[in-house]
Amino acid sequence: MNHPVFPPDKLAKVKELITHYPEGKQKSAILPILHIAQDNFGGWLSTETMDYVAEILNILPVEVYEVATFYSMCNVKPVGKYVFEVCQTGPCMINGSEEIIQYIKDTLHINVGETTNDGLFTLKTVECLGACGYAPMMQLGKFYREHLTKGKVDAIIEECKKTAATNN
Amino acid sequence: MGRKLLFENVQVEGIRGYDVYRREGGYRSVEKALGEMTPDQVTDEVKKSGLRGRGGAGFPTGMKWSFIAKPEGVPRHLVCNADESEPGTFKDRYLMEFLPHLLIEGLIVSSYALGSHVTYIYVRGEYSWVIDILETAIGEAKANGWLGNNILDKGFDLEIYVHRGAGAYICGEETALLESLEGKRGLPRIKPPFPAVKGVWDRPTVVNNVETLAAVVPIILIGGEEYSKIGVGKSTGTKLISACGNINKPGVYEIDMTISVEDFVYSDEYCGGIPKGKKMKACIPGGSSVPILPANLLLKTAKGEKRLMNYESLSDGGFVKGSMLGSGGFIVLDEDQCVVKHTLTLARFYHHESCGQCSPCREGTGWMEKILRNIDTGKGKMSDIDLLWDIQRRIEGNTICPLGDAAAWPVAAAIRHFRDEFEWHVLNPEESQKRNYGLAHYADPLEPAVAAV
Amino acid sequence: MAEEKKLFKVTIDNITVEVEPGTTILNAARRIGGDVAPPAMCYYTTLKGSGGKCRTCLVEVAAGSTADPRPMPKLVASCRTNVMDGMVVKNVTSEKALDARKGIVEFLLINHPLDCPICDQAGECSLQDLSYEHGTEGTRYTFNRRVFEKHDIGPYIQLHMTRCILCYRCVYVADQLTNRREHGILDRGDHSEIATYIHKALENDFIGNVIDVCPVGALTDKTFRFKNRVWFLKPLDAHRDCPRCSGKVTLWNRGEEVFRVTARKDQWGEVKDFICNECRFEKKKTADWVIEGPTRIDRHSVISGNHYVDTVAPKETLPEVMGGRKPKLLMDINQVSEVNRKDIDLSGIQGPAHSVDFEKENS
Repeated sequence: MNHPVFPPDKLAKVKELITHYPEGKQKSAILPILHIAQDNFGGWLSTETMDYVAEILNILPVEVYEVATFYSMCNVKPVGKYVFEVCQTGPCMINGSEEIIQYIKDTLHINVGETTNDGLFTLKTVECLGACGYAPMMQLGKFYREHLTKGKVDAIIEECKKTAATNN
Repeated sequence: MGRKLLFENVQVEGIRGYDVYRREGGYRSVEKALGEMTPDQVTDEVKKSGLRGRGGAGFPTGMKWSFIAKPEGVPRHLVCNADESEPGTFKDRYLMEFLPHLLIEGLIVSSYALGSHVTYIYVRGEYSWVIDILETAIGEAKANGWLGNNILDKGFDLEIYVHRGAGAYICGEETALLESLEGKRGLPRIKPPFPAVKGVWDRPTVVNNVETLAAVVPIILIGGEEYSKIGVGKSTGTKLISACGNINKPGVYEIDMTISVEDFVYSDEYCGGIPKGKKMKACIPGGSSVPILPANLLLKTAKGEKRLMNYESLSDGGFVKGSMLGSGGFIVLDEDQCVVKHTLTLARFYHHESCGQCSPCREGTGWMEKILRNIDTGKGKMSDIDLLWDIQRRIEGNTICPLGDAAAWPVAAAIRHFRDEFEWHVLNPEESQKRNYGLAHYADPLEPAVAAV
Repeated sequence: MAEEKKLFKVTIDNITVEVEPGTTILNAARRIGGDVAPPAMCYYTTLKGSGGKCRTCLVEVAAGSTADPRPMPKLVASCRTNVMDGMVVKNVTSEKALDARKGIVEFLLINHPLDCPICDQAGECSLQDLSYEHGTEGTRYTFNRRVFEKHDIGPYIQLHMTRCILCYRCVYVADQLTNRREHGILDRGDHSEIATYIHKALENDFIGNVIDVCPVGALTDKTFRFKNRVWFLKPLDAHRDCPRCSGKVTLWNRGEEVFRVTARKDQWGEVKDFICNECRFEKKKTADWVIEGPTRIDRHSVISGNHYVDTVAPKETLPEVMGGRKPKLLMDINQVSEVNRKDIDLSGIQGPAHSVDFEKENS
């Protein structure tokens, strides 16, 4: 991969984020910037992307690696276009998250942590996302999908496939 | 019908937007505080109110504020802890999603009291749409003169920034949150020094939960003394409870802390009872970290009195026969649930979320998960139950931050109250894979207490 | 005249010492010495910010201070807690602290490979010492031990992540002694590991000190790898004029041959003068050095093989004298191994010890 570069609008946003913190404390902006980087460069953080962020923040590359590998939302390995992050903690388990996970596995023919061959879907299990009253649930991109049923999972998969097709 | 202080207007259409919020009386507390009160008077009102931290620990907020160091020439910061990640808890999300201006209003008043000119809201990364809602609301507040320089011509400057986390339960611990805000790994700091002296960027800092800061608004409006009359004893004001699990009406409820647990679970105003006419088996009343209680101990205290939804009553009986109000994440398990399995999911959660900094938590949480998985899948031994007890005992109290305790308590309480279910799993390895242990005696009425001779 | 500073009185295991304000409980206990000093696996005096993580130094505070004599509710990390005037601390006299410590040792060992027979650190390993002194025989852990992908971190330093106890000392060394930190702690929880992420070699000057500060065999000297056992070597204090560092080192010799060079450690296993990479890795001839004499090794160490140099025999350890503490017997190497014979006094041999010295005496 070539040296990644933020498009001008994103770069402006990054620069603006850095001003939220006192001078000399620009490292504080690392998580918000990693989010932008991840959204912008294919849904994951390559070494090149992280080095780029280190350069922007004027910190050591290893400081970015340390942070990115700590937080569970930072993907340091490539993921599919749509990442199903299904919650499996207590309250969701009570409401049948295990069946939902199994159903997604069977439908997409992948295991947890894997990506479909077409690169469209990745299945991840996550711990509590703070939607316990609306269980079972998963995160898909920016939003939560709650009160999941097998039918809803089917609809979501269809919806993703359709969006992917129209975007291509 | 309990009094509503935070959710009074939550059903008003368009309350998320500035205009409706203002029309319904929003931002009056800012006018009152900045217009008529000194910062110390605001702190005094909060002290008088008896407000206790709503994030889980229940520390008196006014006292926490009064600890903040005020060295000459060093900026101070207020940080709002919106890293809500405790399983069972989703009240802050609801509040921020539907009443973003209420939080901002509380932040302005609190920042004024503490002398914070740059205040941060640390929101868990997964709540990405909530961040947009907050940023929109901050923009509206700023456009209407509630933020920025010289607010209301009173010479008070304030900026509020939203800081997005990236998925780490540990960042709900205040010093880990500050580390994360500094752009580091979310490792809890070793205290002392406390944040009130050396917080973010070594500056004096107060970290408060979303609900706590929102509660400052009604405190200023009705006065601390009036606020303290709501509720009972040291449980003053109202509390948001997020109810989930096997109940008819999961959701976020504002309660005043005088209602009984039984009313909360079974009345139609709140949880609406257990679906399909089933019986309640157990409940975790304050978020996954607090001890699980069997139904009979939940509804009545060991003395046979009705248990109430407040700090004191829920912890009546200590950890042997009580639990905690915690963060207000109320998880109900019905007769079809397996306590071993539920405990396993919690152990897995804490294993996943352990930051790895100190040895007992790093090594112990994973070990407990592995043993629980063995018991759950019918591969456990009788000695495993005692081993689990011994592991949790040696994690509790020996770690840098409370995550160690939070990981130990659910396991301890499950063994304490449901040991027969664990043993049944060990003794019936095959049957336990096909059916659940069921209700046993957990929902039976308690034996009347016998007076000590 | 310097103004007299008010000293704090602190009582640890029934022994009272006076220390300056700002002293930690651990350092006050070290002032007393012996087994009153709690073990420390992550704290390192010269590394800023270290300590508090391993929890082996937990002690009970029975009274906070004269002003506020309430006991502290939880055990505290003695390395990061400052003493107060009138504080009463219980270390080896506290059942609670000893029980917690036993637990910590178990936690540290459940995922440790226990590969001491092939580990270069064996014989000078803090985790070995800790296990002997505070651990239990046998393990209750029945699961597979943690493994990591292997990383090569260059020609000088050998990384064995499975042995690491995540004390963070090496990170502080890289931060505080070298000009650019290339490695760090990656990942989270029990998957946390020391790595460079990009498989980079660690070659910065002074980075070799991570070997000396590592309490276990996670970071060892690659130039010494599998070359010899530390207890077969004779440690000698030596120095040279070095433009970059103090040049004060310990040579680990067998005959004229220098097997490895380390910085000098004090009785707590801590380095005061860190040394540069050149001294450590490049100067492997006795002729490179001015030899001062045999290094004083703690009598408990297997390296000394019970050959004391200028040590004072312990006083009678009657329980009354010990103030409630029980006398403690550490392992006697001669009862376990026949390698180092009692009748050979290493420090009695003029100059470096040779293998012939052992053979000669043996016949």
